[in-house]
Amino acid sequence: MKLKSSKRIVLFTVIALFVAVLSACGSNNNGKNASSSSSASASASASSSASPAGSASSEPSGTTAAEPKSIELLNVSYDPTRELYEAFNKSFVDYWKKETGQTVKINQSHGGSGAQARKVLDGLEADVVTLALAYDIDSLTESGLIKKDWQQSFESNSSPYTSTIVFLVRKGNPKGIKDWGDLVKDGIQVITPNPKTSGGARWNYLAAWGYAQQQDGNDEAKTKDFLKKLFANVPVLDTGARGSTTTFVERKIGDVLLAWENEAYLAKKEYGDEFEIVTPSLSILAEPPVAVVDKNADKRGTREVAEAYLKYLYTPEGQEIAAQNFYRPRLQEVADKYKDQFPTLNLLTIDKDFGGWTEAQKKHFADGGTFDEVYTKG
Amino acid sequence: MASQVKERRVLPGFRITLGYSILYLSLIVLIPLAALVVKTSGLTLPQFWHTVTSERVLASYRVSLLTALFAALVNVVFGLLVAWVLVRYRFPGKKIVDGLIDMPFALPTAVAGIALTSIYAPNGWIGSLLDPLGIKVAYTPLGITVALVFIGLPFVVRTVQPVLHELENDMEEAAALLGAHRWRTFRKVLLPDLIPPLITGFALAFSRGIGEYGSVVFISGNMPMKTEITPLLIITKLEQFEYSQATAIALVLLIISFALLLLINTLQRWTNRRLRTS
Amino acid sequence: MSGTVPIAAVSPKPQPADVRPKHLNESRGVRILLISIALIFVGLVVVLPMLTVIVQAFRKGWETYADAISDPDAISALRLTLTVALVAVPLNTLFGAAAAWAITKFTFRGKNLLITLIDLPFAVSPVISGMVYILLFGAQGLIGPWMMEHDYKVVFATPGIILATMFVTFPFVARELIPLMETQGVQDEEAAVSLGAKGWRVFFKVTLPNIKWGLLYGVILCNARAMGEFGAVSVVSGHIRGETNTLPLHIEILYNEYQYTASFAVASLLMLLAIITLVVKGIIEHKMATSRTH
Repeated sequence: MKLKSSKRIVLFTVIALFVAVLSACGSNNNGKNASSSSSASASASASSSASPAGSASSEPSGTTAAEPKSIELLNVSYDPTRELYEAFNKSFVDYWKKETGQTVKINQSHGGSGAQARKVLDGLEADVVTLALAYDIDSLTESGLIKKDWQQSFESNSSPYTSTIVFLVRKGNPKGIKDWGDLVKDGIQVITPNPKTSGGARWNYLAAWGYAQQQDGNDEAKTKDFLKKLFANVPVLDTGARGSTTTFVERKIGDVLLAWENEAYLAKKEYGDEFEIVTPSLSILAEPPVAVVDKNADKRGTREVAEAYLKYLYTPEGQEIAAQNFYRPRLQEVADKYKDQFPTLNLLTIDKDFGGWTEAQKKHFADGGTFDEVYTKG
Repeated sequence: MASQVKERRVLPGFRITLGYSILYLSLIVLIPLAALVVKTSGLTLPQFWHTVTSERVLASYRVSLLTALFAALVNVVFGLLVAWVLVRYRFPGKKIVDGLIDMPFALPTAVAGIALTSIYAPNGWIGSLLDPLGIKVAYTPLGITVALVFIGLPFVVRTVQPVLHELENDMEEAAALLGAHRWRTFRKVLLPDLIPPLITGFALAFSRGIGEYGSVVFISGNMPMKTEITPLLIITKLEQFEYSQATAIALVLLIISFALLLLINTLQRWTNRRLRTS
Repeated sequence: MSGTVPIAAVSPKPQPADVRPKHLNESRGVRILLISIALIFVGLVVVLPMLTVIVQAFRKGWETYADAISDPDAISALRLTLTVALVAVPLNTLFGAAAAWAITKFTFRGKNLLITLIDLPFAVSPVISGMVYILLFGAQGLIGPWMMEHDYKVVFATPGIILATMFVTFPFVARELIPLMETQGVQDEEAAVSLGAKGWRVFFKVTLPNIKWGLLYGVILCNARAMGEFGAVSVVSGHIRGETNTLPLHIEILYNEYQYTASFAVASLLMLLAIITLVVKGIIEHKMATSRTH
C-alpha cells in the first residue's frame, strides 16, 4: 500500500513534467505554424479556444478558421510607427480581403530601429521591415536576408512617407527657442535620445551638424564645438525616441525636445495645449524606408502579400493614413490636402549632404566617430 | 571527513543526481556562457583589450561599480537594521514588513524602474521635495543607487536574518553580567558573528547591482561618461551590430561576477571552519 | 560546509522582545527608534514604489483599469507568462532537488565549484543571460543556422523565453534546499536504507517530509521571479504583440505607447501575483514554525 502511494507520486511527477515539455513543444509548434499558412488557422482556433478572450487578432477568429488560405504577416518596425501601423494594418486587412478573399493577420513588433534590425538579423522571421533609416536595412543585406538593391524595389527610395526633425517646446515658448543656434545657449536644456541606440537621434544629430556646418562655413572644428556645446545642454540621454518624449512630457524635464515631426505632433495630440512645435530654419529629410525580407518571405510563402502590403503604403488610402499620423505623404494630392500641417522648410538629405548612410554612420556614430569625440574628449 | 565517504555512499542516487545536475547545469548555464567566450574569440587580444579599456567603457565600469558598491553599503547598514528589528522586536505589522522584503525579488525590474523614476523625478513625490534643496536623484548616479538599493535589499536582509535567529543568548548574557552596555555588547559580541553574513549579503547585492539593467535604464540619465552603466553599453554595442565587442564587455562583467561569487563561497567555507573549530 | 546561504529565513523561531530578558534588550526608546528607522527605510525603498504603481493604475478610474487588464493582448501576455512559469519552474525544481541531494548527501571533489556555478546566474547581468541564447541559437549563432534549416525556432519564440527564464531562476530552488538539507544531515536516510528502503522511497518518505516547506518556498520564489523577469526576456523575445510578449514586456510596450495608466494597471496585476506569492510564503512559514514545535 505504501509502496503504491510513492509510486503514485513518481507517476504524478513524470506526468507533470510531460505536460510541461508538451506545452513547450506546443508553443514551439505555434511558432512553426505561423510559417505554414494551412495550420496557422488551426493554431489560431486552438489558442482562442484555450481562453475565451484569446482572439487577439483584429478580426474575429471564426473567419480565420473558416478560411483555409488565411495568412500571417510579421511587420518589424521602429518605435514611433505604432499608431501609424495600427491604423494602416486595419485598412490593409480589409483591402486584401476585398481583393483576394484571403484573410491576413498582421503581427506587429516595435522597438528601437537598430535593435529591431538586429533581431531580424538574429532570426526573427519578419516578412517586411519598416525601419527608421536605410542603414539598418542595409545591415540585413550582408547575410542575404534582403537583396542588395532593395532601395530600388519601391518608389522614392523605398520610403513611402518622410518626416523631419522639429523642436517641441513648452507652451508659450518661454525660452524663446527659434532655431538650432538657440540650443547651445547657456541655461537651455535639450532633450534628445542617444544617437548610438536611437535611429531618430541620428537624424537629430545630423540635422544639428548640417546647421552648424552652414553657419561655420564648413569649419569642422567649429562644427564639433557646436555639437559639444549642444550635448553639454542635454541632461538626459534616453535610449529611444519614446523614452525622450516621456522624459520631456511626463517628467517635465528640459526646455526643448528634438523629435520626429510625427512624434512631436503625436505628443501635442496626446497632451493638448501644453506644447508648441517650432520649425527650425533648416532640418533634414528623414526617409524611413521599407523592404520585404526576401529570404523569410520566400520561405514562408508570403512574398505576394508582403509586396502588396508595402505597395499599399503608396496608394491614396495608405498615404492618407500616413498623413493622418503626421508622416509627410509622398503622393502630391494627399500632400496638398495636408499642406497646412506640414510647413515647408529647407531640408538637407542624407545622400547629398552626408554621402549616404554608410558614410555618415562611419564618420559620426561608429566607435571613435564624431559623436564619441563630442562626449569623451575634453 | 574523508573517512565518511564510504559510509555516505550507503545512500542511493549519487550518480544519477550528480549526473543530472551537471548535465542540466551544462545545458542551461555553462554551454550558453561558453558561447559568450567563443564569440569573444573573434577578437584578437589587443582588440579585446582595446575594447574593454576604451574610455567610455572604463567610465561605465566606474559608474556601475561605484553605484553598486554604494548601494550595497547602504543595504548592509539598513539591511542589518531591518533584519535586527524583524528578528528581535515585536511590533504591529511585522509579518507584513517581513513579507515586503521579498517584493524586489518578485516585482519586475522594469516596473520598479518606472515607479522609482516617477517618484524621484523633479516632479515626483519625493523628487519635488528634494528639488528645491538642489538635490537631484533621478538621472544622476544617485538615482542609479536608489534603484540598486531597491534591488539589493532582500539579499542582505535574507542572509542576515537566519544567522541572527540562531545566535545564542549565552554570550550576550555573559557580556551583560560583566557589565557591558548593549551597544558595547553588540559591537564586541554580536557583530563578529554577523560580519560573515553581512559580507555575503553585501557581495550578493553588489554583484547583482553591477549587472542590473531593467530598473536602472529608466532612472539613470544614460549619459556617456557620467551615468551610463556597463549593461547598457553592452546593449548599445549589440544594437550597432558590434557583437564581438558586446561579448567582450559582457565577458569582463561575467568574470567580475564569478570572482565575487568565488570570494563569497571561499569566505563562507573559511567562516564555517572557524565556527566549527571554536 | 556549504557555500550557500538560504535566501530567506526559513526558521522564524519566535523570539519576540517581551520574551527576552530585560538586561538582554534595548531600552524602549532605542527599540522604538530602531523600529521607526527600519520602517521608514522599508517604506521609502519598497512600499513607496508599490504605492506609486497602485495610484497610477487607478488614476483614470476603475473602468480604464478593467479595460487595461482585460485587453486581449494583456490576456495573451498573461497566458504566455503563465506558460513560461509552468515549464521553467518544475524543471528548475527537479534540478534543485537533484543537485541538493548530490551536494548534501555525498562528499566529492569540486563540490564548492559546483555550488559556485549554481549561484552564477544570480550574479550574471540579465542582459547577458538573454544574449547568450542569441549567441547560441540566433541566425548567426553557433548552432542557430542549423536549427533554422530544420525549422526549430528557439529565439524570438516561446522556447527562447523559457530558456532565458530558466537561466535567471536557475539557482532559486537549489539555493533554498542545500542549506536546509545540510543541517538535516543523513541519519534519517541512512536509517531508512538500513531498514531496506530503496532509492525513491527514501526520498519521498524520509527526505521530502523534512524539506517540503523549504522546497515549496524555493518554488514560490522561483515562480515569482520567473513571472517578473524583464531584462533577459526582452533580449530574446520578438516583441510581437499577442505572440511573444510576456506581462513585463507588455507593460513596457504600453508605457511606450503613452498608455501610462494602462501600463501601471497591468503592472499592478503582476504585483498582485507577487503579493499572493508572498502571502502563500507567509502561510508556509507559519506552518514550518508549527511543524517544528510539534
